[in-house]
Amino acid sequence: MGVSALLATLFVPLLGAIAILFIHRDQTTAIKRTALVMSCITFLLSLLMVPEFDPSSTALQFVVNQPWIPALDAGFRLGVDGIALPLVLLTALIMPIALLASYEPISKSVKEYYTLMLLLQFGMTGVFMAWDTFLFYVFWELILIPMYFIIGIWGGKDRIYAAIKFFLYTLVGSLLMLVAIVWLGLESHWAGHGFTADLTKLQSISSHVQFNVQQFLFWAFAISFLIKVPLFPLHTWLPDAHVQAPTAGSVILAGVLLKLGTYGLIRFNLGLFPQASAHYAELISVFAVIGIVYGALVAMVQTDIKKLVAYSSVSHLGFVVLGIFSVTTEGVQGAVLQMVNHGVSTPMLFLCVGVLYERRHTREIADYGGITKVMPKFAVLFAIAMFASVGLPGLNGFVGEFLTLLGAFKSPILGSWTYAIISASGVIFAAVYLLWMFQRVMFGTNDNPENHHLRDLNRREYWQLVPLAALAIWLGVQPGPLMNFSEKSVRAVVAWVQSPTTTAPTITIGAPHGAGHHSMNSHP
Amino acid sequence: MNIDLFGSLPLIVIWLALGAVGIAIQAFVRENTRLIFGYYLATLVATASLAILTAGHKAVTFNGMITVGGFANYFDVLFCGAGLMTMLAARPYLQREGAELDEFYTLLVSAVSGMMLMAHANNLLVLFVGIELMSISFYVMAGFLRTNIRSIEAGLKYFLLGAFASGFLVYGMSMIYGATGSLQIDVIAKNIHAGAVNFPSLLAIGAVLMVVALGFKVAAFPFHQWAPDVYEGAPSVVTAFMSTAGKAAAFASFITVFSALMPHGSYALTPKLQNVLAVVSAITMLIGNITAIAQTNVKRMLAYSSVAHAGYLLMGLVASSTAGYFAIIFYVTSYVFMQLGAFVVVGILERGNEHHLQIDDYAGLSKREPVLAFAMAVFMFALAGIPPLAGFFGKYLLFVAAIESGFLWLTLVAVLSSLVSAYFYLGLIVKMYFSESTHGAHESSRPGIAGISLVVSAAASIVLGLFTSQLLSIYSSWLGW
Repeated sequence: MGVSALLATLFVPLLGAIAILFIHRDQTTAIKRTALVMSCITFLLSLLMVPEFDPSSTALQFVVNQPWIPALDAGFRLGVDGIALPLVLLTALIMPIALLASYEPISKSVKEYYTLMLLLQFGMTGVFMAWDTFLFYVFWELILIPMYFIIGIWGGKDRIYAAIKFFLYTLVGSLLMLVAIVWLGLESHWAGHGFTADLTKLQSISSHVQFNVQQFLFWAFAISFLIKVPLFPLHTWLPDAHVQAPTAGSVILAGVLLKLGTYGLIRFNLGLFPQASAHYAELISVFAVIGIVYGALVAMVQTDIKKLVAYSSVSHLGFVVLGIFSVTTEGVQGAVLQMVNHGVSTPMLFLCVGVLYERRHTREIADYGGITKVMPKFAVLFAIAMFASVGLPGLNGFVGEFLTLLGAFKSPILGSWTYAIISASGVIFAAVYLLWMFQRVMFGTNDNPENHHLRDLNRREYWQLVPLAALAIWLGVQPGPLMNFSEKSVRAVVAWVQSPTTTAPTITIGAPHGAGHHSMNSHP
Repeated sequence: MNIDLFGSLPLIVIWLALGAVGIAIQAFVRENTRLIFGYYLATLVATASLAILTAGHKAVTFNGMITVGGFANYFDVLFCGAGLMTMLAARPYLQREGAELDEFYTLLVSAVSGMMLMAHANNLLVLFVGIELMSISFYVMAGFLRTNIRSIEAGLKYFLLGAFASGFLVYGMSMIYGATGSLQIDVIAKNIHAGAVNFPSLLAIGAVLMVVALGFKVAAFPFHQWAPDVYEGAPSVVTAFMSTAGKAAAFASFITVFSALMPHGSYALTPKLQNVLAVVSAITMLIGNITAIAQTNVKRMLAYSSVAHAGYLLMGLVASSTAGYFAIIFYVTSYVFMQLGAFVVVGILERGNEHHLQIDDYAGLSKREPVLAFAMAVFMFALAGIPPLAGFFGKYLLFVAAIESGFLWLTLVAVLSSLVSAYFYLGLIVKMYFSESTHGAHESSRPGIAGISLVVSAAASIVLGLFTSQLLSIYSSWLGW
């Protein structure tokens, strides 16, 4: 049952993409409906995994293991743990909303657009489910092509520049990762276990890899993921991509794509290279803190709302990275929570920006003012999105940020509370730039005649925002179930990184280690 | 004298078809391109089928001159396949250019037979005959549009430089003969392995001369200068064939010769040759990809990219391991489809005297010719090595082989140059999909039977990677390494 739900969640979008290819391009309504129905079915099917999932186990669940290329020991290995499952669900939730948000703005090449969107979903879901480095890489790169076209064809004025920048930035990282994946497989071969791409097998040998090699491998993975996150100073592709992408593109980008990077950091960097992770935790945390403050400060001076939200992502994802590299249960759990939270609140903000842009075709803050009076329904939902992003207690953003800061504060690996103190300023700055923006856009006098008669939300826009707003409130009041989901898996990862640090990281390749199905089990 | 007739069937059939029947048809039947076309199509299909049929039958025959079965038969099928796709693409192209003559198909099949001989060779002289048979057919085909000055230039340039390279080849062979006392490749391998080499330095010089000669055929640095001019000037369909099957044949020879010259183990020459090849490989991919960025002509851009792909393929040779040779064979197979497909698209869009060959001419192609644009995008992504397309799997295998043999730096160079290559492959996609058409109304293209080649190569570029494991197991069963 769980396995079928997992496979359905992965493959229904692909089926949808194929189905759309058979619809005539002029029947745009049929195409839109097919895509939406397929993504809704995917979401419902993905929910079937929830009751089946056993949160008390750290093991991979709903495991699929089909051989693919035996010579390289690359297989169709899938499964989810407590860290991956929330992100799979998030992906399944965001997609129908993004598709709904594309109904009106996307008018050219409709068929291609919806095919690419569903392919994108296939790739993203696959990344979160893959338990095989080769398969992971295939899914990882699969995302690149649809996103490149979505920005490049349906984007704004400078879309070509943004699309190429997005593609090349990501490719730099992923090619390095490819070298690391190959090398890691060969480490297993040299250790006498045969070349492999199986993550479980790799985890049992990777901590025995010589430290200097481990450092190289660590960075080859980390750079790829940190570009995707994006961590300062690798973030420069993000504002371009966000500003040029269509609203739905930004929703996917902020909602899911950025989490691929942070998920990769937990799964591969912490999961495969415990010694190197501990060694470089401070360095990466320094950049995370810089990113938090820098992103917030740059967001503050933006005159374009979409750019402001884009830079707020740089800041918010900094918290996630800080939480991950605090390597404490609180920190990593906060990071997982913050990934989901950011995936709920930032898409809402982008949808709100999209709503305004659809009406006025401008994103300049100065062009707006006093919108609350003409669009009261919109004002309420925009406010929820904004406060969720600020991290107001009672809404979802608060718990995640608080936990990451707590983790950073008491982290034995970071060993200093300055990280937490400086990062806390990011929370304050977030309140400043978001509230200030909200005030300038929504309050004040509505003195621009063009703003006098704006329509309030139509039904479609309303139903894009309401589910996310409800989720934001629910996660703010009741973060327990979600935390319960990820707790055991997070603890396993943290214990795994912390325990090798008690011994000096000069271990050479030796006897196989961690014989269990899930090597994390050997470090409870 | 032992002759293994059954095993030699593919070779015998193609030569009888070409030498006896084909010439007779041309002598007695007046200009009838339709008949000749059909006849050679059938010939290639028959040859490929026989190659598959006899693949399991491995032997050395004709007094040790040729090997049959396994490795060679895999390449037979590949060459015949490339030949078939080229013929299908060539007929509408040549008809449009007003240059469809019977001889074209004869030359094409003769080139295929040369390539097959290269793959089957177990004797350096047979190898030489095969290379010359292929090359001479290519020289004529490159200059086939005899009223077009660029085509004639291409033919002449290729001929002069190719003749020079042949000199290196023979000279290298003579050195190797002097050092090992044999022209039989398996005997050479045995002697080198046993240390029975008379003049080790002579062998080294011979090996380097072979690198030069075969490096010329695959267009590796610093012997790549001819490739852009020849590939640009030659008719697009000929370029499609030369730059794919020709390169595959040269790599088949590379594998045959260098698996003998660079045995595993502690032989002193092996690491030196590996280093020479590694440097050649690294510079080839960088030069090819970096120069391709600056091109404005699609054919020239693809020519430089084909130089770069020779660099990637050399990585497998550098590794000089079974994994490396498998990687070459897989990569060259996928490369044949990706590159040939790309040139078929170019050929379909081309109009008369070099019209519609600039990258700017492709602007807005996705609107005018959605199918062609889609196919071209598939080829570009595949050539750039983006998964899940075929190019990625080959690259992955090459990287595994190179790192395994301790050439991490070479892999990093390959990664860097793949990145550079993504820029110009994407550039073409940007033109096709993101830019508006700069020209007025275009006459629509009618691919005709070239569409078959297009569909086959696009489908192969998409799905080949998914059959990696099946292909690899074919290699290990047919090749028996």
